[in-house]
Amino acid sequence: MVPEIRNQMRRAFAIARKDIRIYYLKGPVIIFGVLSPSFLFLAFMIGRNLPVDFLIAGLLGMTIFFTSTSVTPVIAPTETQTRNLERLAAAPVSITTILIGDMLASVLFGVLISLVPILLGVMFGVGVAHPLVLAVAIVLAAFCFSAMGLVFSSTPTSMTSTVMMMSTMIKFPLVFLSGVFIPIQDLPAWGQALASISPLTYITDLCRYCFQGAGANYYSVPLNICALVVFLVIFMVAAVKLHERSLPMRL
Amino acid sequence: MKNVKNMVEAEGLTKNYGELVAVDHIDLKVTGGEIFGFLGPNGAGKTTTVRMLTGIIRPTQGRVHIAGFDLLRDPIKAKEVMGVVPELSNAYNELSAWKNLQLMADLYGVPAKDAKGRAEELLVRFGLHDRKDHKTKTFSKGMKQRLVIAMSLMSDPEILFLDEPTSGLDVMSARMIKDVLQELNNRGKTIFLTTHYMEEANQLCNRVAIINHGKIAAIAPPETLKARMGGLGRVEVSFTAHVDSSDLRRISGVTAVKVSGDKTYLYTDEPGTTIQHLVDYCRSGGIEIVTLNTLTPTLEDVFIKLVRDGMGAEDGVEVVTNGS
Repeated sequence: MVPEIRNQMRRAFAIARKDIRIYYLKGPVIIFGVLSPSFLFLAFMIGRNLPVDFLIAGLLGMTIFFTSTSVTPVIAPTETQTRNLERLAAAPVSITTILIGDMLASVLFGVLISLVPILLGVMFGVGVAHPLVLAVAIVLAAFCFSAMGLVFSSTPTSMTSTVMMMSTMIKFPLVFLSGVFIPIQDLPAWGQALASISPLTYITDLCRYCFQGAGANYYSVPLNICALVVFLVIFMVAAVKLHERSLPMRL
Repeated sequence: MKNVKNMVEAEGLTKNYGELVAVDHIDLKVTGGEIFGFLGPNGAGKTTTVRMLTGIIRPTQGRVHIAGFDLLRDPIKAKEVMGVVPELSNAYNELSAWKNLQLMADLYGVPAKDAKGRAEELLVRFGLHDRKDHKTKTFSKGMKQRLVIAMSLMSDPEILFLDEPTSGLDVMSARMIKDVLQELNNRGKTIFLTTHYMEEANQLCNRVAIINHGKIAAIAPPETLKARMGGLGRVEVSFTAHVDSSDLRRISGVTAVKVSGDKTYLYTDEPGTTIQHLVDYCRSGGIEIVTLNTLTPTLEDVFIKLVRDGMGAEDGVEVVTNGS
């Protein structure tokens, strides 16, 4: 059993390497990953008198969210169209292995791009109060959002535009619900209730803790981490189940 | 790999798409070391069957064993012993030939030290070595197909499934692929070949199966199939002058007459007797024969007869599911 799991993990890394070469190492993808959250962030920052460390924490949360969910949704529809999915379906890899491979590539992309807002913060004189917690939070959030992207990609279509439209419809409202622009403690009760069902809330809250120090966060650090783990498990289980159903329809 | 006689065993293999029965209770056994041809008209269920046999789609009913491994219960082990060349070539266009081969090696668990040597060897064998670092999207159709076959051989599989591997290819690429299949078979590899080209199947295959409307119409070696199928023997004759085909139809043993260009074909199960009577008929009528040939039925004749007439085991075409 253990050697079999080890073999499948090696194959997942092979799929991740393939994804990085084909989908991530592209100028437009990297530029989108950096610029998209930055523009959104600037649109809300300009004209508002908010502390830089508050803004950098929100920007970091959004960056991980957008980058980790940007490419995973389009891999399955693209490979359906190019018939590469049939190649993977014939190979000795499980659906879970394929999804883990896609997720690993996305995590690496999300983690690397997240360095941009951190460096931006350093340039503005924002220090990281809890670097270890921040590292754990970034990696965990990248896993969580990548798995979320896999859920989007389970739609049995070869049209990437369909998947992108659906994912955008879900992603944008979450940005406004998750305490990125308005601190959770300032939200009304119904707003706080809605924020609690968004995974973005917990990484943003962790970023606040890491950049602004203890007291800036709304939820405790263990609760934030637990929430991200729970969302990761839910998204991954859902992604595997949904892809098991949709894969035969794609082939 | 398990020590088994049959590399492929399918029992009661069925695939339904809603009301449509695409494949209807197929039984197949492919012996280790044989080239098994799988023929059928478009829409007969060939690709669906191959996809079920290779674990790409799940059957609605039935069981498949590959090299002794149950494909449904132990799909990873079953897939590790097979190479698959799908109907449409599907190498990654954005990767180079080399990277595509290395990806296959990684997916099939080929050790890195073996993978490099094997990739070099395959690139040379398939005439792609000088383009190994070029992206596949720059390749011609023939080059892509050769690469896809090379990819399927990276794991040195015991059984190779090929779905229309030479379809639409230039003569040189098609010839190269057929030579490779023959070489692989000489090394003891089992080959499951789906093809539209009857001559290809006739030349390469130890046995062929013909599928029609989702059911197996016949399984036998090509020559056995031709011999068993009555009414396909022909005498080809051409005359110096026009001869009324209704007169020829009355010749003893002739079951049908067809005229094509300057040639007339007399269908018969007794060509020797028919030739004697034909010569007598010409002599008595003062008709001069230009050429006279006896033609044995081709696999294409058998295929067309089976498919057109919807014949099968129940019509006298023996279906042998095992052994060469």
